[in-house]
Amino acid sequence: MDGPLFADLNLLAARNQMAISLGFHIIFAALGVGFPLITLIAHWRGLRTGDMHYLELARRWSKTMAVLFAVGAVSGTILSFEMGILWPGLMGPFGDVIGLPFTLEAVSFFLEAIFIGIYLYGWKRLSARLHFLSLFPIVVSGITGSFFILSANAWMNNPAGFRFIDGEVTNVDPWAAMFNSGVWVQYAHMLLAAYMVSGFVVAGVYAWGWMQGRRDPHHYLGFMIPFTVAALASPIQILVGDVAARRLIDAQPAKFAAMELIPEGGTNVPLTVGGIYRDGEVVGAIEIPGLASFLGTRDFNGELPGLDQIPDDERPPVNIVHVSFQVMVGLGVLMLVLSAIFGIVWWRHRRPPQGRWFWRSAALAGAASVIAMEAGWITTEVGRQPWIVYGLVRTADAVTEADGIIWSLIGTTIVYIGLTAGTIISLRRIAVGFRRGRDVATPYGPPSG
Amino acid sequence: MLANAIVAMIWMGISAYAVFGGADFGAGAWDLVAGGPEKGRRARALIEQAIGPVWEANHVWLIFVLVFLWTAFPEVFVSIGTTMWIPLTLAALGIIFRGSGFAFRKWADTVGRQRFYGAEFAGASVLTPFFLGTVAGGVASGRVPLGNAVGDTFGSWLNPTSIFGGVMAVVATAYVAAVLITREADLDHDAEMADYFRTRALITGTIAGALSIVGIFILANDAPGLFRGLTSARGIVLLAISAVAGLASLYLLYRRHYFAARPAAALATVSVLWGWGAGQYPWLLADQVTIAQAAASDRVLWALVIAFVVAGLLAIPALLWLYRLTQSRRLGEGEMRADSTEALMRDR
Repeated sequence: MDGPLFADLNLLAARNQMAISLGFHIIFAALGVGFPLITLIAHWRGLRTGDMHYLELARRWSKTMAVLFAVGAVSGTILSFEMGILWPGLMGPFGDVIGLPFTLEAVSFFLEAIFIGIYLYGWKRLSARLHFLSLFPIVVSGITGSFFILSANAWMNNPAGFRFIDGEVTNVDPWAAMFNSGVWVQYAHMLLAAYMVSGFVVAGVYAWGWMQGRRDPHHYLGFMIPFTVAALASPIQILVGDVAARRLIDAQPAKFAAMELIPEGGTNVPLTVGGIYRDGEVVGAIEIPGLASFLGTRDFNGELPGLDQIPDDERPPVNIVHVSFQVMVGLGVLMLVLSAIFGIVWWRHRRPPQGRWFWRSAALAGAASVIAMEAGWITTEVGRQPWIVYGLVRTADAVTEADGIIWSLIGTTIVYIGLTAGTIISLRRIAVGFRRGRDVATPYGPPSG
Repeated sequence: MLANAIVAMIWMGISAYAVFGGADFGAGAWDLVAGGPEKGRRARALIEQAIGPVWEANHVWLIFVLVFLWTAFPEVFVSIGTTMWIPLTLAALGIIFRGSGFAFRKWADTVGRQRFYGAEFAGASVLTPFFLGTVAGGVASGRVPLGNAVGDTFGSWLNPTSIFGGVMAVVATAYVAAVLITREADLDHDAEMADYFRTRALITGTIAGALSIVGIFILANDAPGLFRGLTSARGIVLLAISAVAGLASLYLLYRRHYFAARPAAALATVSVLWGWGAGQYPWLLADQVTIAQAAASDRVLWALVIAFVVAGLLAIPALLWLYRLTQSRRLGEGEMRADSTEALMRDR
């Protein structure tokens, strides 16, 4: 692939370690933002309707959330270490520029951790009213916390709030950095992604159970609440995604040209579906005349940037960006279609579609939503390359000069494989325990209710 | 002046993490040595109850410290990060093992799996404070030069002061945890478990005291700059406070005044940390860069002050409420209360 990026072993190791830890954490972060909202809806419905299926769902979800949140918290903590260990060229000159949103995120995380402890452990002995109310700070701090994190990420793509004179960072304005030009659209895109992932993943679990013959009110409601959340988020997400992509034409033309795979800029640019970029040409793609121009500018003759306008050493790894962008968009459209069918059938019959295909698709949508989110994240991060601070600092210049980071990568990889296995095993244990009508007995720890 | 205030905020965060996060680590250490599944069952149950609802919140102090450090003193942050990448990576992985092991153990369905996750949680609870202690020792003894991975990859954290810092961190966290859990057992009127942890607190407290005397000789030889600072007027006062508070906590434990032993033990820990800070002042990295030299611009520091105030207004009251709920046994297991959600579910 692109020579300079992969020449240096330390850089390769550092980038992969960052990719593994972020790619892992983003799933738990998204669930940490979205799952409490779904639980809040179930809990609220239970209190309002007196239907105990809702409260039973909320109780089970709170136990699942406990595991998800613990894994999310620890996998998030290592990131703040890695920022300093691996990327001195980012955090040294710019730590003060982008620090503010991280400190405010720490406040959000504080509130989230405090109230999740209260909600998880409050079922038996806290008053029902306070117990229910403790869900709200969790939901709100998820909304604020993701803003602050996305603000820092948007800053890397749209650096602002400082002046760069002779390689020195001066006139730092942390507020201007936080409210950089990309923050709102990136934030909206990620927040909706978190709700879609949480909704489709949780609904997918119950859709799977439904297909296995567990067709009871519990599975019905366990499917309906999260799927409705995700189905409502899907159309908005497509609109926000459109805005996010179009603003790149001016903000990050190299990323845009790679995403849409445009070898030569100009007017009346065709939409390239599939295909590989090799030696300056597109191979094996389906081209739809003028459509890229239309999607990008609302005009079939609109002008779009192309890779030919980007110097060789300022291009991102084109194929990775193009493929991941199309995977995201493709899966996003499929999820939108599924949501629309669900909405239409519900509107006409007050029930979800009954065909087996629907439940099967709904179960798959859980995986699809996660893949789409990861693909979107790869699009924006790999598409930013070779820059760590867009247009100013190259990733290769920001990496640590310590020897042996490869060992750190190897160790981290092994730990994350174990962490993934442990998470899956534990979540399955919880599900099986519930199905057998009991929480798991713990002779080693305390007896649980 | 403003930069000094930010350092004070960071030191408050370190103090809170040492006491509350430290207690969680220490609780894990006691879990590790509680014995086989049958023998250790009651101690582990108490540990689980003590840290279950609070460990994640306590843990946020570390993030608070890291982000304040990198915002206010970015070059210092990356100098420590790149030179000390080995112990910091090990500590970060330890935090992963610790938190996930604790969460997974609850759901393991065989004793074998519980022991596996339990060992993961408890083993990491000992190793993580050790590595964080070695980092503190390396910084305190002036082994982190300014720059991108300029310092000694191994010598920066494998040296007498670092090893002392690591061992002291393990012993101190075990001590603070034992004191806090003694009070937890006392709250449940479980005299047997209170005695169990009281004995352990008395032993580890004594070891911590003995270690600090050994530490004087280690620091005098290995970190003369820090030693001079510690034995200056400022430093000596804080160390004296620590010694008095430590002795007082042991006396209070001995007399079974568990409630009062807690603040005394916390004060003993915190005043050592502030002694270290006073000993190093005004250097942030000894002989390399001072607080004033490393500080970001005032505009950034004022933004941090705002963040600190926001945290103080939102997070601190919530945290105190969480502690109050755990101390009044409104969280966790126990007899179901008539107005609880579960009672509501049962009644319908």
